[in-house]
Amino acid sequence: MSVSPVDPAALAETGTGPGGDRSGAGFVGRSPGQLAWARLRRDRTGLVSGAMLVFFVLVALAVPLIEWAYGVGPREQFQSRLDGFGMPLGYAGGVTGEHWFGLEPGLGRDIFIRLVHGLRTSLFIAVAAAVTTAVIGVVLGTVAGYLGGWVDAVVNWVTDLTLAMPFLIIALALTPTLALRFYGQRDEVPAAFQIGVLIAVFALFGWTSTARLVRGQVIALREREFVEAARASGAGLGHMLFRQLLPNLWAPILVSFSLAVPAYVTGEAALSFIGVGLTDATPSFGRMIYRSLDYLQTDPAYVFFPGVTIFALVFAFNLFGDALRDALDPKSSR
Amino acid sequence: MNAAEPLLRVRGLTKHFPVRSGLRSRGLLRAVDGLDFDVRPGETLGLVGESGCGKSTTGRLLVRLLEPTAGTIEFAGRDITHARRRELRPLRQDLQIIFQDPYASLNPRHTVGRIVAMPLQVNGIDPPGGVKARVRELLELVGLNPEHYNRYPHEFSGGQRQRIGIARALALRPRLIVADEPVSALDVSIQAQVVNLLRDLQRDLGLAFVFIAHDLAVVRHFCQRVAVMYLGRIVEIGDRDDIYQRPRHPYTRALLSAIPDVGALGPAGRIRLTGEVPTPLDPPSGCRFRTRCPRAQEVCAREEPTLVTRDDARQAAACHFPEAGPPTPSHPDAAGPGGAVVDATPAGDGAGRLDGNAGEVAR
Repeated sequence: MSVSPVDPAALAETGTGPGGDRSGAGFVGRSPGQLAWARLRRDRTGLVSGAMLVFFVLVALAVPLIEWAYGVGPREQFQSRLDGFGMPLGYAGGVTGEHWFGLEPGLGRDIFIRLVHGLRTSLFIAVAAAVTTAVIGVVLGTVAGYLGGWVDAVVNWVTDLTLAMPFLIIALALTPTLALRFYGQRDEVPAAFQIGVLIAVFALFGWTSTARLVRGQVIALREREFVEAARASGAGLGHMLFRQLLPNLWAPILVSFSLAVPAYVTGEAALSFIGVGLTDATPSFGRMIYRSLDYLQTDPAYVFFPGVTIFALVFAFNLFGDALRDALDPKSSR
Repeated sequence: MNAAEPLLRVRGLTKHFPVRSGLRSRGLLRAVDGLDFDVRPGETLGLVGESGCGKSTTGRLLVRLLEPTAGTIEFAGRDITHARRRELRPLRQDLQIIFQDPYASLNPRHTVGRIVAMPLQVNGIDPPGGVKARVRELLELVGLNPEHYNRYPHEFSGGQRQRIGIARALALRPRLIVADEPVSALDVSIQAQVVNLLRDLQRDLGLAFVFIAHDLAVVRHFCQRVAVMYLGRIVEIGDRDDIYQRPRHPYTRALLSAIPDVGALGPAGRIRLTGEVPTPLDPPSGCRFRTRCPRAQEVCAREEPTLVTRDDARQAAACHFPEAGPPTPSHPDAAGPGGAVVDATPAGDGAGRLDGNAGEVAR
């Protein structure tokens, strides 16, 4: 063979390669994912918001443990610590060593433990809804974008239809109707059902943006030559979608996911606030804020804790989403 | 056309793209309009022409990335024009493509090992010694360090990436490779290395090539036969030396005279083509080149010239009034109308390869 085993010219090129001078003897390729991780670690905003998210998630996961250590349940009432008008005794809404964030006026339930439970409910609904929408959006987006033709037309048409439906009105109409359909007038609607309906409502309306995003990305990728190379080698649809296209879609999917979660947190709070989401039995941010409005003047501490928590949660998610986008795709402009 | 049975036989290959504006069809873009050519085993055919003349579309049609509108493609005696994916499976292994842009042709999220192994994986092939050993062998074959198996494309230069693309095309041991402008996105210094690599591979592995390029110098270096395309048709096809030294078609002459060749401008100088390439939406009647042809006459608008061998020429040209034979000014070594005396090695007449002839180019 006249081709020398290792072409000196090619080796000369290697020396100037970006990784060549650093790695030395052991050639360890740095994957795009590793590079993104390195960029994320250098981003201070990303680190702080990420740490906050980890904290929130840990708190949500450790709710039974916290409840056990704190020694107070979310439905326990401490009427003895309220005065004659139902207002908590003491300063700042009854903040004491036993009740860290004070007590609810009227019912006398502990705010801290309800907040922790509410955090778990909100995060669960938001993450579940975001995962569902991401899955629906990615599947529909890739299929529509890659296959094109009438499939694309149908998916686009359904997307437009979904976008044209008024979210709030349908949510307001659908949630009580569904509850009535399954549980009748008098029965108590279990929390799991309410949560399921909320997730379904979010999934029904939320997939459109992911689908559009993914479809656009796939259309751009479809014309890239590495996709054609796979096609020229005889790759089937599954290989194309999952091996060639999907690895290139993780970045936008992750970013849209991390930005969808806070939207659903506020969405859940809003729906619970207007009374179509969860009932008072299930602790949630929306219900807490709704109840606290009656005491805005007499007990401002009541609105303070859930308000600040939801703000911090959403803020951290949004900042982290931005940082994630910068790390995954440093060339994109904001 | 004599000697061996052609590996690839293309007859009347046509690709029309429907052009729509809004809902109304606005007609057909005749990207490729009736091509006839053969590629014999181990032969390199260069496909040259201006941008937009249908070169790349032809390449994609050959490997069936696009569906031909009409015509037939026969590979090793089998009609593959409309073969379905399953029927194409065995054929994919014999017919591969190298792409122009080494930055777009490698999946940025896959390691080099995965990229090169992809054709094996997709076709369910488990080579003796395992996939990894085969990939290392391929990387070595194209002059890359096999230890780079675990690296990602972004860690390589353009030339190295193109080598990875070549390794991927070689993974299935093809018999024919369509190289779609494989070097035009590379630095000039790297171009030579990659072209030499391709030529070495072509010789050592007995590969046939359809080499698409707009760079006539590269084609001259690499190809045994050359087809010149204009507006979706072949206007002249023949052996390299005939095309480069005794072009018959006015368009080929114009192309050749446009090669920047310092100090070699003869008395006739450069042939300047005026005007734009007509739109393939509405190509001119008769000869497609007539609107820019210096020799065009009234018959050119009426009758479309066929691709035939005329007079004493050995190449086929599609022209009513082919050049009589004086050599192009930039190549004064090819003297006289016949010119064959100068040409010691009749290029590409047999099925054999052109080692002696190709050796003239410095390596």
